[in-house]
Amino acid sequence: MNTLIQTDRFVLSDAERSAIEHETHHYEDPRAASIEALKIVQKARGWVPDGAAEAIGAILGIPASDIEGVATFYSQIFRQPVGRHVIRVCDSMTCFIGGHESVLGAIERQLGIAPGQTTTDGRFTLIPVCCLGNCDKAPALMIDDDTFGDVHADGVAALLEAYP
Amino acid sequence: MSVTKQLASVGPANRIARSEETHPLTWRLRDDGEPVWLDEYRQKNGYAAARKALAEMDQADIVQRVKESGLKGRGGAGFPTGVKWGLMPTNEALNIRYLLCNADEMEPNTWKDRLLMEQLPHLLIEGMLISARALKAYRGYIFLRGEYVDAARILNRAIDEAKAAGLLGSNILGSGFDFELFVHTGAGRYICGEETALINSLEGRRANPRAKPPFPAAVGVWGKPTCVNNVETLCNVPAIIGNGVDWYKSLARPGSEDHGSKLMGFSGKVKNPGIWELPFGISAGELFEDYAGGMKDGYILKCWQPGGAGTGFLLPEHLEAQMYAGGIGKVGTRMGTGLALAVDHTINMVSLLRNMEEFFARESCGWCTPCRDGLPWSVKILRALERGQGTEQDLATLLQLVDFLGPGRTFCAHAPGAVEPLGSAIKYFRHEFEAGVSQAALPAGQPA
Repeated sequence: MNTLIQTDRFVLSDAERSAIEHETHHYEDPRAASIEALKIVQKARGWVPDGAAEAIGAILGIPASDIEGVATFYSQIFRQPVGRHVIRVCDSMTCFIGGHESVLGAIERQLGIAPGQTTTDGRFTLIPVCCLGNCDKAPALMIDDDTFGDVHADGVAALLEAYP
Repeated sequence: MSVTKQLASVGPANRIARSEETHPLTWRLRDDGEPVWLDEYRQKNGYAAARKALAEMDQADIVQRVKESGLKGRGGAGFPTGVKWGLMPTNEALNIRYLLCNADEMEPNTWKDRLLMEQLPHLLIEGMLISARALKAYRGYIFLRGEYVDAARILNRAIDEAKAAGLLGSNILGSGFDFELFVHTGAGRYICGEETALINSLEGRRANPRAKPPFPAAVGVWGKPTCVNNVETLCNVPAIIGNGVDWYKSLARPGSEDHGSKLMGFSGKVKNPGIWELPFGISAGELFEDYAGGMKDGYILKCWQPGGAGTGFLLPEHLEAQMYAGGIGKVGTRMGTGLALAVDHTINMVSLLRNMEEFFARESCGWCTPCRDGLPWSVKILRALERGQGTEQDLATLLQLVDFLGPGRTFCAHAPGAVEPLGSAIKYFRHEFEAGVSQAALPAGQPA
């Protein structure tokens, strides 16, 4: 699939549209809902397809290029498809001291991907993340919304098994 | 390996002896680490300070009391909170003002705001309510990092409880004061913690910092007067109002110029990593030995950082320093967040700095040239030194970057924070950097 140019028309679902419209009421200017709008689309679809910028921009009354500028700035907005599960490995200096590079290496070997990549079966995407605030239990990582502490390289396989 | 069935923030702060008189931030924590919801918070004297502030105090009195308390920002920069509040215009014609809580906790080695938000959500709400009253803010936002999913859930539930109890919304506690509060979650990027970048992000823009002046107090979110305070800072306010300035000033140890208590921590290869609420002015050595238990068996303390990635490295002999801004300042760096990191003898400083500068380079917003270009340059050099493939010029180049990216040379404090640890690491461990110069790169006959 060509992820840069998509010819399929993008249409927001009614649920996405109403959730985005609801968010605009929390702010003095609807533009403020742009990040939340991207998160709403991402929650429903796993990532933010190309046409979403135009569709969100139309609701918020701002150019699609502004939405795209925001989407590409923030690290937790995905502009290309990701796996069913997203692994976020904390790479803070505390986790470095705690041995996160060996944990990261174990995940890379187990899944056959490097940070920024998705497994061919679409199961996992691996990305680094800023300090997860779990420093007394370093090294730490998140899989989807679950946080894990005191992770060891030899426990990686069992950890990933819980996410089919 | 542990799944965090309990909240990630549960730890030593829940276990040490605490009292209302000495631990204003954490005395209400439950031993089991569950959040303190409204009923329990009220049983533990919660919202009494808000009641007092709204019923008995003029807004100027609240600002004055916080000024007199000497409360300083707990986000890392340590700017006096009362002074910041005093910059907000009091002109009645300006009827829209905002109070923003900076909960974008992403500083490496910092997990104190998480503790407060996950376990004491009403302490933050009460702190924001009193602060909003002082600043005449009609609306507040808690700018929370997206990864703190538990904190988001807990804060939203606590806000709902407060609304239902008439502690947020219209005519709060019959005072005629209105205040509404929203949780706004972010989508990544460390730079969002810079207060003007945070404002841009809240407005739905890229999180590039803004030029100052004008300061947010004059032109903030949507052009309106805005005050941005850290979670822990706001959590200090209820006890200052409730117990008074004299009590607050009695908390710190002798010799400390800062007042009150502080969430302090130690992590790394220490026996008992954690966070504790401690008085300003305790020695770093006491924090390290008595609370963190010293180094794990088999590990030797090589150096330590007092409060986050943006603070400089210090040597074991500097553990004598008192934990307050001036005390850490005397030994050459800043206290930062007060959550210290122990670096043990197995860690090579070039590798550690490579890891840190990779982080700072990745998180640069790219707005100004020294930061956007200088940080990746430092990463490139550090990676070469780590592989033993550095050139003779590399150390001089790194030192030049430390200078060119230092305070006053860049648009915001991101790059100065990035080079402070680098400069101090080179100062104390120069030989480790020199050892990364390739033998082949040296002139014949010169020892490495």
